[in-house]
Amino acid sequence: MDLFLPESGLVIWMLIAFLIVFAILAKVGWPMIMGAVEQRNTHISDSLMAADKANKALAGIEQKRQETMAAAQAEQIKIMKESQELKTQLIEEAKAQARQEAEKIVADARFKIEKEQAEALAQIKNEVIALSVDIAEKLLQRELSDKQAQSDYIEQLLKNNQTRIEA
Amino acid sequence: MRNVLKYFIFSLLLSWMAFAPIQSCAQDTEEPKEEKFDAKSFIFGHTGDSYCYHITEMKGEPICVWLPVIVKCKDGGSWHCFSSKHVCELKEGETFEHKGAHFYVSPISADKYPGKLVEVKADGGLSRPFDISFTKNAFGIFLVCIFLLAFFLPAARKYKKDPMAKPTKYQGLVEWLTYTVLDGIIKPNVPEKKVKKFAPYLLTVFFFIFFANLFGLIPFFPFGANVTGNLSITVVLALLTYFFVNVFGNKHYWKDIFWPDVPIFLKAFPLMPIIELISTITKPFALMVRLFANILAGHIVIMVLMALIFIIGGMYGAGMGGVMSIVSIFMTIFMTALELLVAYIQAYVFTILSSLFIGMAQHEPEHE
Repeated sequence: MDLFLPESGLVIWMLIAFLIVFAILAKVGWPMIMGAVEQRNTHISDSLMAADKANKALAGIEQKRQETMAAAQAEQIKIMKESQELKTQLIEEAKAQARQEAEKIVADARFKIEKEQAEALAQIKNEVIALSVDIAEKLLQRELSDKQAQSDYIEQLLKNNQTRIEA
Repeated sequence: MRNVLKYFIFSLLLSWMAFAPIQSCAQDTEEPKEEKFDAKSFIFGHTGDSYCYHITEMKGEPICVWLPVIVKCKDGGSWHCFSSKHVCELKEGETFEHKGAHFYVSPISADKYPGKLVEVKADGGLSRPFDISFTKNAFGIFLVCIFLLAFFLPAARKYKKDPMAKPTKYQGLVEWLTYTVLDGIIKPNVPEKKVKKFAPYLLTVFFFIFFANLFGLIPFFPFGANVTGNLSITVVLALLTYFFVNVFGNKHYWKDIFWPDVPIFLKAFPLMPIIELISTITKPFALMVRLFANILAGHIVIMVLMALIFIIGGMYGAGMGGVMSIVSIFMTIFMTALELLVAYIQAYVFTILSSLFIGMAQHEPEHE
């Protein structure tokens, strides 16, 4: 049957047309499309890899930052603790010093008081002695005739001395 | 609401389709000479090649695109080039004279050279001239070729200009089409190093067949030429595959043909080499026949379904023809949908087998 025989004219047209299209597409069609897509593929995969790397680096940096932060915080706490300790220590020391000072002052005062007391006592003794001597002198100067008179006189002397002391 | 409207229009169309043949049949019966419906001419006229591109008929006058007829007469005859208008409009028994030679197109029902241009010799004998007329199918081929160039080249130019630019939607479509074929068909079959070498041919073949198939399904001008359902076209495609397989075949491929790993008595008396050689021819032959037969069969089935309307109408009257037309319309819709699938499948099969054969001829044996 005629249907199953290739027609020479059509074969020629087909061969010409197809080969021309094939030549054009093979030269400036497919390689451009494939090349561009391949290029983009590699670019995308490279970019993804770079992004992955950057992400990893960033994660490292973040970790380091956190570590530094934690260290700084610990340091801060430590310093605060130390200062607290120092403070209490200083206070304690100051207190102790103050107490010592106070004790010293008290002792000094006591010593001074005792000394003055002793001085006063000594003065009083001297006064008493002088008075006694004085009285004795006056007694001796007067004639001890009258007993009553003698006593009154002594009494008077004592009185005088007392006012003198009081004065 | 829109759906209701849609169904209404659809049913109107259907009823029009149903009654249109009745009207035409009624007109036919009014005419004095009753023309019998010639199913064979109808079917093969539409599926085969022709010298003019028949678009439609208006008031009994055909509206055609007249394509050029280019022939060279046998036995040292001269070249003739004229419009197909002159030969297509001839009445029966008439011939067209051009530069001293007489031509006519023999009818499709003729025994000798059906549907072809024939030269009538002076002694009344018929001879078929060497015919490279730009026929309907040649027109179809060029249409597909121009479409391929117009579709793929702008994208290629854009890629060349700026390969790293964000692709447009159109480029995305081109990319998707190209890489469906490249990743789905070519890369699994052709060795990786050879993909760049053979991909252009395989991609061109795929898209040529695919778009030729699709254009063949569109039933109006300038589409509708049965390009891939014509043996002349598939024979060229098969020959090109044969060329790519055998010319670029490596040493190992040829050794397997002429000195395969079989017992010596099978190849010394060259039984196996002969079988292997024949098999190199049968492979592209099968490609050729498969594509041609599948597409032609699809077109013939659609045309037969259409012809059935008129056959039944002629046999049982216009009413039955009308009923048949409803059945035929649904069957044709189904067939066209199926052909849409076949259009892709046949392009796929042709390309995958071509890449398989090319890949096999490129196969390097693993070192033991």
